[in-house]
Amino acid sequence: MIAVRRRTQVAFVAPALILLSGVTVYPLLHVVWLSLRRRLLIFDIDRFVGLSNYRRLLGDDRFLSALANTAYFCGVSVALELVLGVSVALVLNRVRRARGVVMAIVLLPWAIPTVVSAKMWAWMFSADYGVLNYLLGRPVNWLGSPFWALNAAILMDVWKTTPFVVLLVMAALKEIPEDLYRAVRVDGAGRIGTFWYVTLPLVAPMLVIVAVFRTLDAVRVFDAVFVLTGGGPAGTTETLSVYAYELLFQTLQFGYGSTVALSVFLIALLLTGGYLLVLRRLPSRL
Amino acid sequence: MQRPFHMTLHSALVVSAVTWVAANVGGCTHRGEDEAQTARVRLVFKHGKIAGRPDALRGLLDRFEASTPGVEVVETSLPSDSDEQHRFYVINLEGGASEFDVMALDVIWISEFARAGWIRPLDALLSEDARSDFFPGTLDAVTFEGRAYAVPWFADAGVLYARRDLLAEIGAEPPRTWAELRNAARRIRDLHPELHGFVWQGKQYEGLVCNALEYIWGSGGDVIDEGRVVLDSSTNEIALQTMRGWIEEGLTPPSVTTMTEEPARHVFQAGRAAFMRNWPYAYTLLQQEGSAVRDKVVVTRLPAATLGGWHLAVNADTRHPELAERFVRFMTSAEAAKTLALSFGYQPARRSVYDDAEIRANSAFIPGLPDILGAARPRPVTPYYLMMSKILQLEFSAAVSGLRPPKVALARAAEALRHLMGEEGPR
Repeated sequence: MIAVRRRTQVAFVAPALILLSGVTVYPLLHVVWLSLRRRLLIFDIDRFVGLSNYRRLLGDDRFLSALANTAYFCGVSVALELVLGVSVALVLNRVRRARGVVMAIVLLPWAIPTVVSAKMWAWMFSADYGVLNYLLGRPVNWLGSPFWALNAAILMDVWKTTPFVVLLVMAALKEIPEDLYRAVRVDGAGRIGTFWYVTLPLVAPMLVIVAVFRTLDAVRVFDAVFVLTGGGPAGTTETLSVYAYELLFQTLQFGYGSTVALSVFLIALLLTGGYLLVLRRLPSRL
Repeated sequence: MQRPFHMTLHSALVVSAVTWVAANVGGCTHRGEDEAQTARVRLVFKHGKIAGRPDALRGLLDRFEASTPGVEVVETSLPSDSDEQHRFYVINLEGGASEFDVMALDVIWISEFARAGWIRPLDALLSEDARSDFFPGTLDAVTFEGRAYAVPWFADAGVLYARRDLLAEIGAEPPRTWAELRNAARRIRDLHPELHGFVWQGKQYEGLVCNALEYIWGSGGDVIDEGRVVLDSSTNEIALQTMRGWIEEGLTPPSVTTMTEEPARHVFQAGRAAFMRNWPYAYTLLQQEGSAVRDKVVVTRLPAATLGGWHLAVNADTRHPELAERFVRFMTSAEAAKTLALSFGYQPARRSVYDDAEIRANSAFIPGLPDILGAARPRPVTPYYLMMSKILQLEFSAAVSGLRPPKVALARAAEALRHLMGEEGPR
């Protein structure tokens, strides 16, 4: 009887599982398979090379520099977005009047498609005509100097996705009962104490989730960088995804390109695993 | 030719591309109906988006249809972005698509496509007699392993734009060498410190390679010589140092490392630079009403010019090879070139067209352009070019932006090129 019920259950779930694995697992396995091959369309080369693409990865300057750029982009942008996001959410949480309007304005950058905002920022960053240099009164070569270019891309990303953090953190703030605040006030905690001992621990689980989302996006960052700088100058803004795109779609090196693409996936996987561990360790209060 | 079998991602792209083609061609179903009645043959011509009146091209196709009974030509355009066009062709040709017969290819793709076996040799269209009219650089660019794989359609070359009024102020002739250009830029800057001396394309992209080659060739260097990488020479080092020197001396703004063709043109057109390196297309725009430099521009040749342009090739899997060849012959004829030149401002790849009275009278064409096109050189003609160019873009950008000294950048690029040509080579 139970066996029959089990079988029925499996039968009902199977179509969904097959469909899901068809669109996610199969392509993934295919990329893994490709990453073990040397495959150059133009030269009619397609052969199994084992792990040699992975060995090449470790000695590839461009891969290592793209990895460093991605790590820098990811670390700085996510950290800034979290700090700014929490700050803005705390301020907005105190806004009583015209909250809807204020929220709408704050959320606006997030609603603009990345390619559009990247184009927009490209104009603002323009050394000759850009509004930023007009306001600064001096010609900073935002997108053309190895020092500024990646930071400029980070600035755009922070501008664009801080609203996302604000939105989720505000949702978490709403869940904190007023009683707790009253209680700590009675205990004599100041503003900083209240934030440190009540607010922060209670929004922490949400912050971890936000950090997962933002980190995954940042590790895969492509459009923002591609539109702003195309990876230049001198590859100083080339991220892993931009490099993978060049290998796969511009120079048609499907084998090695898949290896690089897969490395992005593996890094994202590892980071997510790390975050999940953190999330599990967080004391679940309330 | 044996084809490697397809991968899923790839096939998915093929499917979407094919659907896209189907959707595009689908607009012509009413034509399909009378095709069934008269058994007409349909030729499909793919090309990048052409800015301008579509009826001029259609008129040309109608003329071909009239001269070749039983044939119907359908033209469909791809996005103007050349990366996207390249991707479209690669995906479809690799998949053995025969939905299109004739295609317009960027000058740098031809040996790649020829090597992959995607396009038919077209030697028959370029007999000794027929060749004499085309600019030599364009013929070099369409030749792979001794055979012609495309017919030059229209040509492009880097040119130097100068401000006639500013040259007159310093009493100088348009410069002929990089040293003369630097001198002239310096002297103009002394009189007008608010102006940029020289703007060009310094962003990390294909255009940077075009710019850098003009310095390299202009000082007698090269990237590859008879199959050997000769990039890391002292001549080339001086050439790249000249490029970097523009920025170091303040004659070129540091923001040149973000410039492509259009931003450079905007600066020059606003009257904010004395000299500009660009392609001939800018001429018409600089001369239009409202331009700050209208009638103040003189166009001259650079010490060396990189060749650009688009050429017509025939799909190796076409079902109508003879008709496709006839179509290519027609579209690359002097007559068609003249129509395209007058309608769209494309520079003909044939010298004789420039002698035509109507073309000469048309102010959109730069006087002296045939000589410039005649001397222009194609970028390295090799199936590796796209991979090569990515390496060059990165290292040239490093040299221009001052991240690495030219010597180091060239050594790194040369090493990568040797690795590419040695290891990835067809064996």
